[in-house]
Amino acid sequence: MAVTEAAAPAKPATQDGVWSRVSAALWRRPWARATLLLTPPLAWFLLIYLAALVVLLITAFWQINPFTTNIERVWSLTNFQTIFSSPAYRQIILRTVVIAAAVTVTDAVVAFPFAYYMARVASPRTRTALFVAILLPLWASYLAKVYSWLLIFTHGGLLDWSLGKIGLSQVHLIYTNWAVYTVFCYLWLPFMIIPVYAALERIPSSQIEASQDLGARTWRTTRLVLLPLALPGIVAGSIFTFSLTLGDYITPLLVGGTSATFIGNIIYTNIGIANNVPFAAAMACIPIAIMAVYLLAARALGAFEAV
Amino acid sequence: MMRTRARTFSRPMMITLGLAVASVVAAGCSSSSNSTQASGTSPAGQTVPTAHLPVLQKIGKGEGQLNLIAWAGYLNPLWVKPFQQQTGCQVNAKYANTSDEMVSLMKNGGGGQYDMVSSSGDADLRILYAGDARPVNINLIPSWKQFFPAFQSPPFNTIDGVHYGVSLQWGPNVLMYNKKDFPAAPPSWSVIYDPKYKGKVTVPDNPIQIADAALYLQKHKPSLGITDPYELTQPQFQAAVTLLASQRPLIEKYWALASQEIFDFKNGNAIVGAGWPYQVSTLRADKFPIGDAIPSEGATGWADTWMLAAKAPHINCAYMWMKYISTPKVQAEQAINYGETPDNKLACGYMNQMQAGSCALYHANAPLAYFHAIKLWKTPIATCDNGKPDCVPYAQWVSAWNTQVK
Repeated sequence: MAVTEAAAPAKPATQDGVWSRVSAALWRRPWARATLLLTPPLAWFLLIYLAALVVLLITAFWQINPFTTNIERVWSLTNFQTIFSSPAYRQIILRTVVIAAAVTVTDAVVAFPFAYYMARVASPRTRTALFVAILLPLWASYLAKVYSWLLIFTHGGLLDWSLGKIGLSQVHLIYTNWAVYTVFCYLWLPFMIIPVYAALERIPSSQIEASQDLGARTWRTTRLVLLPLALPGIVAGSIFTFSLTLGDYITPLLVGGTSATFIGNIIYTNIGIANNVPFAAAMACIPIAIMAVYLLAARALGAFEAV
Repeated sequence: MMRTRARTFSRPMMITLGLAVASVVAAGCSSSSNSTQASGTSPAGQTVPTAHLPVLQKIGKGEGQLNLIAWAGYLNPLWVKPFQQQTGCQVNAKYANTSDEMVSLMKNGGGGQYDMVSSSGDADLRILYAGDARPVNINLIPSWKQFFPAFQSPPFNTIDGVHYGVSLQWGPNVLMYNKKDFPAAPPSWSVIYDPKYKGKVTVPDNPIQIADAALYLQKHKPSLGITDPYELTQPQFQAAVTLLASQRPLIEKYWALASQEIFDFKNGNAIVGAGWPYQVSTLRADKFPIGDAIPSEGATGWADTWMLAAKAPHINCAYMWMKYISTPKVQAEQAINYGETPDNKLACGYMNQMQAGSCALYHANAPLAYFHAIKLWKTPIATCDNGKPDCVPYAQWVSAWNTQVK
């Protein structure tokens, strides 16, 4: 038996009128709907994030009073001149970029087979277990992970002990750039595995079969079919590893030695310690510029395209 | 395969982007900055901006909270807990690792975030002249009358008779060494410049370390004519920086945190270096064979003040803290636990009660000669004591440290 009744209670005419008018107006103007939806998050992004950055970076063109460290609004390019004319700062920038690139390449090489196994070979249960294994370290605090590496690398630490057990001599890794490089590779590996996994998962196996039908064996298929299709994922992952290493200062501070000063360390000491905010801001413009170039290159390589 | 895309912006994007640009421009133009100061760097002729502020006349009811910026080891629960129980002021600690950090925190948190800072002599003047401290009514701190005369109104926290805080304690930057590698205390600082100990030396990651090099050169290169390790002419400064640059290959790690130095000594990453009595006490408490000494060249040191922040939000609790921390018993507790020298004359008796012989060990009753052997931290400024503007100011110390030494 038909029991359902149109249970629409009578609405007051005025309420009905206002809301239906607004609704109709929005219906006819799709751009207004989009604007309304976009404005809150965009306003947050612009006012709290971008505006704060602009305020900081503008100080790069100012100076400080050397005694009281109060900011003086005297426009000049002195800070940038200091950075580019000093061999020490140029070396610091070069060192940061080189280690960031090395970490990116290493993580890509390590992540690719791992992600391939997860995406195309592992059974669903194994895949879940591997996901947990990759993501679990992300739940541990950054400092806990870096300090554990400190204990591994230290004189007489876990690494030396293990090498001693298998009869090799001790290696001196603590407070060297090798330690910094290793810790970075470890820290950012999950950020590389996930995008590569996402890219590899989307490749239809029909492409690989077709390549094999045409006579290409494993290496040729990988090189000519798999890698180009997975490249956007690799580039997306590399954005993480490169930019995170470029800006980091804690790992070089804790695990690095005397020649492990990164761009981040200079910014940290100038803001937090010397209170030379203008110089730190000038230094901060450098990784921003490097990342802008990197992101443009990444876009050209297709990292931002949804296949 | 290049993919080209027609880049058209839809209308909602245009509107929101327009709002965006407008807001960013507005934010950039209206950015607030600190008050501009004249570029003259000499303090002679500068005034403390907050000198005219009224002082508290009577300590009122506690506000329940107290935010302190302190050196590691200065807020030991041993004396903080009784204070919290007695006054009801909960202490919230912010630890800083260098004087520069303290100046920076006071500047950026001076807008009502922190109440006091345990700053050393090289930070005090910078904090004062930046207007981040406020005058203190020293009559509200009865134990002040028991202080050694040298620390009652020292030039680093009292300007023109106005106090901006109360002196706390003072101590040396000692030579630390592993007793297993050095059965006898090294007699000279030359041990940290000796290539024999390559890779096993550690010194603080702090530009003020240049003064330690200058102190060494004062004795070993008298031709340079260094009289004050904080007032260096350009050639003297360059000699000190060159010495430190030559030391760099010997250094395993410049320690930035006290805990790093403790870790390095414990694990054998370093066997000799410069450090604070805090690290020595901590290692000793862990039964580590650590030795400390003040070699023949003397040592740099620091004298700390509990300075009152200009916009301290909990001013009654702050005064209660100053009163408490100046009393002889608490001074004795802090001196023994940290390993420094108290400013209160009467602390000596309590120290010997707590730990026999500690009064002499921490120089609490030492003659004036000891006081003069320790060159206390002070901010290097362009004007030397003789009035000439030849000396190298601190900003150059920082940049030399970052570019030439490290």
